[in-house]
Amino acid sequence: MQFEFTEEQRLIQNMASEFFRDRGSSEALRAALESERGYDADIWRQMAQELGFAGLTVSDAYGGQGLGLVEAAIVYEQMGRTLLPSPMLGTGVLAATAIEHAGSETQKREWLPQLAGGNRCAALAVCGRGGAHGSARVDAVLEDGRVHGTYRFVLDAQAADLIIAAARRQDEVMLVALPRDGVEVERHVSLDLTRPHHTVRVRGVEPRWELPGSGAAALDVAIQRACILLAAEQTGAAAEALDRTVAYARERVQFGRAIGSFQAVKHRLADMMIQVEAAISAVYFAACSADEAPATLPQMASLAKVQATETLTFCAANMVQLHGGIGFTWEHDAHYFFKRARASATLFGSVAEHQERLAVHMGLEGEAVS
Amino acid sequence: MKLGFTPEQEAFRGEVAAWLEEQLSGPFAHIRGITSQTAMAEERHAWERALGAAGWSAIGWPARYGGRDADLAQQVIFAEEYARARAPGRLGHMGVELAGPTILHFGDDAQRQRFLPKISAGEEMWCQGYSEPGAGSDLANVRTKARLESGPDGRRWVIEGQKIWTSLAQFAQWCFVICRTEEGSRGREGLSYLLVPMDQPGIDVRPIRQMTGEADFNETFFDGAVTAEENVVGAPGDGWRVAMGTLAFERGVSTLAQQMQFRNELAQIVDAAKANGAAQDPLIRQRLAKAWRGLQIMRASALRMLSGADSGALSGPAFTYKIYWATWHRELGDLAMDVLGQSGEIAEGDDYAFDDLQRMYLFSRADTIYAGTNQIQRNLIAERALGLPKEPRGTGQQ
Repeated sequence: MQFEFTEEQRLIQNMASEFFRDRGSSEALRAALESERGYDADIWRQMAQELGFAGLTVSDAYGGQGLGLVEAAIVYEQMGRTLLPSPMLGTGVLAATAIEHAGSETQKREWLPQLAGGNRCAALAVCGRGGAHGSARVDAVLEDGRVHGTYRFVLDAQAADLIIAAARRQDEVMLVALPRDGVEVERHVSLDLTRPHHTVRVRGVEPRWELPGSGAAALDVAIQRACILLAAEQTGAAAEALDRTVAYARERVQFGRAIGSFQAVKHRLADMMIQVEAAISAVYFAACSADEAPATLPQMASLAKVQATETLTFCAANMVQLHGGIGFTWEHDAHYFFKRARASATLFGSVAEHQERLAVHMGLEGEAVS
Repeated sequence: MKLGFTPEQEAFRGEVAAWLEEQLSGPFAHIRGITSQTAMAEERHAWERALGAAGWSAIGWPARYGGRDADLAQQVIFAEEYARARAPGRLGHMGVELAGPTILHFGDDAQRQRFLPKISAGEEMWCQGYSEPGAGSDLANVRTKARLESGPDGRRWVIEGQKIWTSLAQFAQWCFVICRTEEGSRGREGLSYLLVPMDQPGIDVRPIRQMTGEADFNETFFDGAVTAEENVVGAPGDGWRVAMGTLAFERGVSTLAQQMQFRNELAQIVDAAKANGAAQDPLIRQRLAKAWRGLQIMRASALRMLSGADSGALSGPAFTYKIYWATWHRELGDLAMDVLGQSGEIAEGDDYAFDDLQRMYLFSRADTIYAGTNQIQRNLIAERALGLPKEPRGTGQQ
């Protein structure tokens, strides 16, 4: 038992930190958001192909790095500091994990090295009209060999060469691979500019292939693992919001003093740090527990997601508040953090949903909120 | 990064659990589950001696002073098993967790030989003489004075002044006291860290009844109290540095034992909620889940803090840990009362004496005050960890 980073984990942290500091400036973020794809293809190529970030947790037998959630969380935390958009979460975690858990050997051999190497992208389409994540809420159907359904809030669908979609066949949730050109993808103008939502409409499309494993189990694992990595990303964003706000509070002078010398301001910054430390603890505890004891993944996912959501929501809101008027402008980056916080809070389930799952895990029977 | 334990560590766990079970279902069955600081003190002193005799009192200490040189994993395991066995609150806490480590790090060899074996053997209990009526959050405003004088057995310190909030002083044989030893000095300068025997005519301990109705704390008056010249830890005048070192030990492994107590409390609240139907209330369920989340986070934060303790520099959680647990525990008190409903407002018997959860609700109001109020903690985090400018100081110090 030693709850600190190993030498190797420190190296990964340094590498990720250096890369994102170098490539993830405010100017780079704004340029990426202006581009047609919504992300910088060159930065993504470097991340995915040179640094192997697309396939961090994909097993090395299929061309990935074969790393644990702890190592992946380290990278996501550093990435979160920059808010840089990329298809990493959709391709490298959601779609790749679903394929690795439910795909046939042939499917895995064909697709995972492509995704892990960053040569191709894939998206996972789950949410139905209700917008809820998770296998229990799938409402698309697979009938007579064709998929019918409307998928909402799909991440990274624009960039995807392949869409892994969940659909019900009788009572069973199946995963199928849909060809990108057979489906209609609409990219929405989204509150969080850095992570646009897509709607994918599928009107009687024949899948390219079916994944033979349990769709429900694979979906849940993919979303739960994504929860932990999203939480790591939220934690990085919160830490960055804190750092930038501290820097501002040290230099901004009013009443003849740096505003950071006033307790009304410094106590809020202290509260932000308390939140950031809680999120770091929650994320790495969750990642490490899930790596060592995969049976704990469901509750660890909820633990990390809820804490990181609370942390980033608090820190981003205070980033706006403590910057005063400038924090309300489009020109300042604070609004990107604030909007990322809002969108991340509901992605993969709200705080209330996850806490209800934790309540059930604690042994509190009763009417689970549906 | 690793959370799991090796087979050797699990074997150690078995050894600890077996010893605790044997003692607490045998000779010490009558004090099992006592969480009050003051109840059955004599029996709990006997328990301290039993822990000491079996080598379980201060397992992280070097073997030559009665410890076991236990590593972090073993200390984690011991804390977990101690709580699981519902062993009583440690009367020896102040000696084992604060006085002992301070003497080990800042004391000289003679002091280590004299004091450490008595602490680890459970012979001598300790208390802490820091706060004064005029020195609470502003601890450096200490006014208790000590001066060296000749006595029948050589030179000795003679102490005049008053300390307050001295927990467990009524059961202690020794007290570590911050005194002003340089006439006319102010603030952090001119303070010394003295070790003072409690059983002497110059010391008067008066209990302070607190809102729980009990008296965990005391006022301690020093009126010509004495201690030998050699009982100063560190150099005379260097007491502030030593005193701050002691406070750092509060962030040590004892936090793990405390967390285990918290876990037991949450389990009691969950049981109560299941029994009275509160567990069906969606808002209560959310709050119980939030409390569970905080418990996992405290565990992870403590492990981060302790795993990194050897690296010297204070890591993030070392700054945020106190305010986090104190605030969490205070909220747990509120939650307990909301779960209990109006039953929580009634005592079992005729005295103003309440059960564990009711007492916890009241006592947890002190958590965000002692050992640095939440407000002081925020100042420390902002100024020391985040590097923000200091609040300008007033000039009205006495």
